[in-house]
Amino acid sequence: MIAANLPILQVIAPLLSAPLCVLLRRPGAAWAFALAVTWASFAIALTLLSQVLESGPISYEIGGWAAPFGIEYRVDMISAFVLVIVSAIGSAIMLFARHSVASEIRRERIYLFYAMYLLCLSGLLGIAITGDTFNLFVFLEISSLSSYVLISLGQDKRALTAAFRYLVMGAIGATFYIIGVGLMYMMTGTLNIADLAVRLPAVASTTTILAALAFLTVGISLKLALFPLHAWLPGAYAYAPSMVTAFMAATATKVAVYILIRILFTIFGGVDVMAGMHVGVILTGLAVIAMFAASTTAIFQPNLKRMLAYSSVAQIGYIILGISFASETGLAGGIIHLFNHAVTKSALFMVMGCVVLRVGSVNIRAFDGLGARMPLTMAAFVIAGLSLIGIPLTVGFISKWYLILAALEKGWWPIAVVVVLSSLLAVIYVWRVVEAAYFRPAAADAPEISEAPASMLIALWLMTGASVYFGVDATRTLDVALGAAKLLLVDRI
Amino acid sequence: MEFPGLFNYWIVIVLMMTGFYIVMAHGNLIKKIVGLNVFQVSVFVFYISMSKVKGGTAPILRPGLDEGVEVYANPLPHVLILTAIVVAVATTALALSLIVRIREEYGSIEEDEIIAQENNQEEDQ
Amino acid sequence: MNPGSAILLALAVPLTGAVLISRTGFSPNLREGVTLTTAGVLFALVASLFGEVFAGARPEVVLFQMLPGLNIAFKVEPLGMVFAGVASFLWLVTSIYSIGYMRGHNEKNQTRFYAFFAIALSAAMGVAFAGNMLTLFIFYEILTLSTFPLVTHSGSSAAKRSGRIYLGLLLGTSIGLQLIAIIWTWTLTGTLDFQAGGILEGKAAKGVIGVLLALYVFGIGKTALMPFHRWLPAAMVAPTPVSALLHAVAVVKAGVFTVLKVTVYIFGVDFLAELGVSDWLQYIAAATILIATLVAMTQNNLKAMLAYSTISQLSYIVLGAMLVNEISIVGGGMHLVMHAFAKITLFFCAGAIMVTLHKTEISDMKGIGRTMPITCAAFLIASLSIIGLPPFGGMWGKWYLALGALEADKLVMVGVLMLSSLLSMTYLLPVPLRAFFSKPIAGEELPEGIKEAPWPCLLAIAITSASILLLFFFSGPILAMLQLIFTR
Repeated sequence: MIAANLPILQVIAPLLSAPLCVLLRRPGAAWAFALAVTWASFAIALTLLSQVLESGPISYEIGGWAAPFGIEYRVDMISAFVLVIVSAIGSAIMLFARHSVASEIRRERIYLFYAMYLLCLSGLLGIAITGDTFNLFVFLEISSLSSYVLISLGQDKRALTAAFRYLVMGAIGATFYIIGVGLMYMMTGTLNIADLAVRLPAVASTTTILAALAFLTVGISLKLALFPLHAWLPGAYAYAPSMVTAFMAATATKVAVYILIRILFTIFGGVDVMAGMHVGVILTGLAVIAMFAASTTAIFQPNLKRMLAYSSVAQIGYIILGISFASETGLAGGIIHLFNHAVTKSALFMVMGCVVLRVGSVNIRAFDGLGARMPLTMAAFVIAGLSLIGIPLTVGFISKWYLILAALEKGWWPIAVVVVLSSLLAVIYVWRVVEAAYFRPAAADAPEISEAPASMLIALWLMTGASVYFGVDATRTLDVALGAAKLLLVDRI
Repeated sequence: MEFPGLFNYWIVIVLMMTGFYIVMAHGNLIKKIVGLNVFQVSVFVFYISMSKVKGGTAPILRPGLDEGVEVYANPLPHVLILTAIVVAVATTALALSLIVRIREEYGSIEEDEIIAQENNQEEDQ
Repeated sequence: MNPGSAILLALAVPLTGAVLISRTGFSPNLREGVTLTTAGVLFALVASLFGEVFAGARPEVVLFQMLPGLNIAFKVEPLGMVFAGVASFLWLVTSIYSIGYMRGHNEKNQTRFYAFFAIALSAAMGVAFAGNMLTLFIFYEILTLSTFPLVTHSGSSAAKRSGRIYLGLLLGTSIGLQLIAIIWTWTLTGTLDFQAGGILEGKAAKGVIGVLLALYVFGIGKTALMPFHRWLPAAMVAPTPVSALLHAVAVVKAGVFTVLKVTVYIFGVDFLAELGVSDWLQYIAAATILIATLVAMTQNNLKAMLAYSTISQLSYIVLGAMLVNEISIVGGGMHLVMHAFAKITLFFCAGAIMVTLHKTEISDMKGIGRTMPITCAAFLIASLSIIGLPPFGGMWGKWYLALGALEADKLVMVGVLMLSSLLSMTYLLPVPLRAFFSKPIAGEELPEGIKEAPWPCLLAIAITSASILLLFFFSGPILAMLQLIFTR
């Protein structure tokens, strides 16, 4: 009974837990409850992934209404993978959250904070699992609205304006998306993703569908912060509470990328959008600019959360680059980087959280001498930073390997050069921090500080460990990524 | 081309562009949200227009009254747009409450004044 | 012992050593005991493989699969055997030396120093025994990163600056050029295994092979081939034992070793010779040899001079690889060994002088031969070996390189080798000659009588300079081992 209903439990558990969380009111209880729910989601996601790996895609009809009339939840290789990424990061972050949130959020608001977090989680999970374009919009808005709230709870007053800007951009993006869905519905009369995939090729050459594609791509590009639509991201990441930044950076943009993959390769899978409609070239161009422009901007940021935010924009460029190749290797590279970057970036933002807790600032000056004062935290930063650069034995290397491989397979060697050059830019911005932490002495009046609390360090090192473990033995993640890419491009189901 | 046939869609485009322009061009945060609303309303109009079937009546079964009626408007977009309206209302409510908080912190809801304050703050650091 | 497990132990022993060292920091004696034991065990392990490889066995072991179709695998072949033997033996000697040096110099953070030293050695073993290019690349990068804390050991702003150059150039070339070359090779051949005769033959057009070769040769930044040589002089801010082992043996030799390995096992000597795409790289190597020699002549800082001398000597080996014939490759391998022993002796001497008399500039070293006769004699021996005079081991490297150049019909390269040898006399010999025959600088007090470096330093110097002499007379086994590269 439960096994058959796992797809709906995946979404409904955190969704229903959010109001329950409000009832709890006590910060500790709310945290424990949210932790339990998140871990349960993670367990469900893992079960779903193993089921999908064993016996192929799962289709679940909500309320017994068959697709395409009812809403269908569909779990295939890539959606299961995204579910695992989101819930795994969510679980680790909850472990991290307790002390971080307690120090950054006013006590009487904490239970509301966790309620919002659960809503956001259920929205993100829902996006990944649903097989219906309009249902996807609803989940997109659930996750977006709750993330605006989460961001606005940052300590700095600039968090408010950042949240407001994100809200305006996000609302425009979501509206664009819904226009695109409407246009597709006009031509095909269906909202079901699988059904759309079947019916679209017949009407693909109409202006309406072209317009739909444009609206969908631009709308989702806003949500995933593809250059030049990334303006909301640095502020939002820089001023949100540390735990929110770590969570969002690892999940929200990744889920948006998932939507883009779904649109380009499933909904428009039967239509030659990448080459025929030049979407591939446009995305490649934007991705390359993102990798360069954002990495370069990152180098000059004194606020390290903002620096990492720009780095995220650049890393999204890598993912989009992989997707834009529209080859199995390239798409697998994009998908694997989805996971790899989520793990790496959440570790890096957790480091920022630890530093905020103990030092109270993420300005580069605050990192002077931290190598000796917070050795475990900074060691994690070095390892995750190396992963960002793409040093072997870290997950970043695996991504780079596949992206370069995909570029060379296509004979696009300049793109391969661009990939390595932009990772060398990462060397500069990562090393800036390393030099501050290990080569500059702490200011004379710096207070005595201790390491971050154990629970935060455990979460941090879980992610750091994962970014090494899956870099050493990448066969498991690659199996899924390659399988998903093959499914999307070749088998087309 | 029949004039009224695409009239709705022209209105949609006009509304959409008006709203979009307000969001982009106006510095006042409240006006931005108003613009956002106009923008979203254009989508509602768009969905409702597309559900209209020529000669069709409201998709309600009324025993005895709807004999001889063979064409109904498509009800699904109406349902969808109800959801979208709820989302839009929620977005607006959240945006307005954010504006209230912004005014408390910055003492202004004009974007240029807020940016000036933020820039000052950055120089202080 | 099973040779497969000996390979893995050779990687694990230094790593375990590093952990133990970091745990025993409270007691310097215990810590250095651990270092010495680890180095001894490692050398014994490497030596245990020697006989089997000599008898023709090629023990291999697959650790695990990293990417689909790509394993982390190790395979011992003659070239790697020689490199591993040299590196592990000299680590043992350097460990003895650094005990005297680090204490005599009162360095800070000695525990960190010894720990990263051990990790670097593990990485060097990984490079030596790598069974495919991916494995080699991974250990190559670990070697770069694990030596970064050693280079910047002092933590001064000069160290930070040098660290930037060090990391920037080594990571930049390896990620920017070498990684692309590796992935390109993978797309062309579907394998990265080191195979006798190479894997690229017949897989790509001549132009592509030429570009690939250039990507590899310049991408292996550790060879310090111009224009990517700046990191080597920059790295001289490191404590002398680091300069000695890493920048005369492990790091730089890992670079030229990789070039030799790629030439032999990725491209294939016959294939490259047939295409002739390596000719222009011979001239780059020759230019590096001569220019670096000329720069070395202008240096007054002893370590900087040795650094430029190293750049020049490394390019001998690159030249050997790029001449692409069996004799020149063997010559490259011989030079790798001989130069390692000679250069490490020179660095040991430079460190000994620094610890005892606190002198770093060559012009200040007049007359110190009376105070430090053993050190200065060792310096003379090593210098003569670098120059290539009998009866010192350094002769054999140059001998076979010159034979290789003749074999390739490149008389001009023989000329370059001779010229460079002559020029190296002018910068190396003045140091011991001044030390013995000049009067001390007026107004400066040298200690009365003989005052040598601490005895561990002296012991290390004695071992390496004795080895230089022995290698002249007993180079047979090494030569035979290197010749095995092509028999099979």
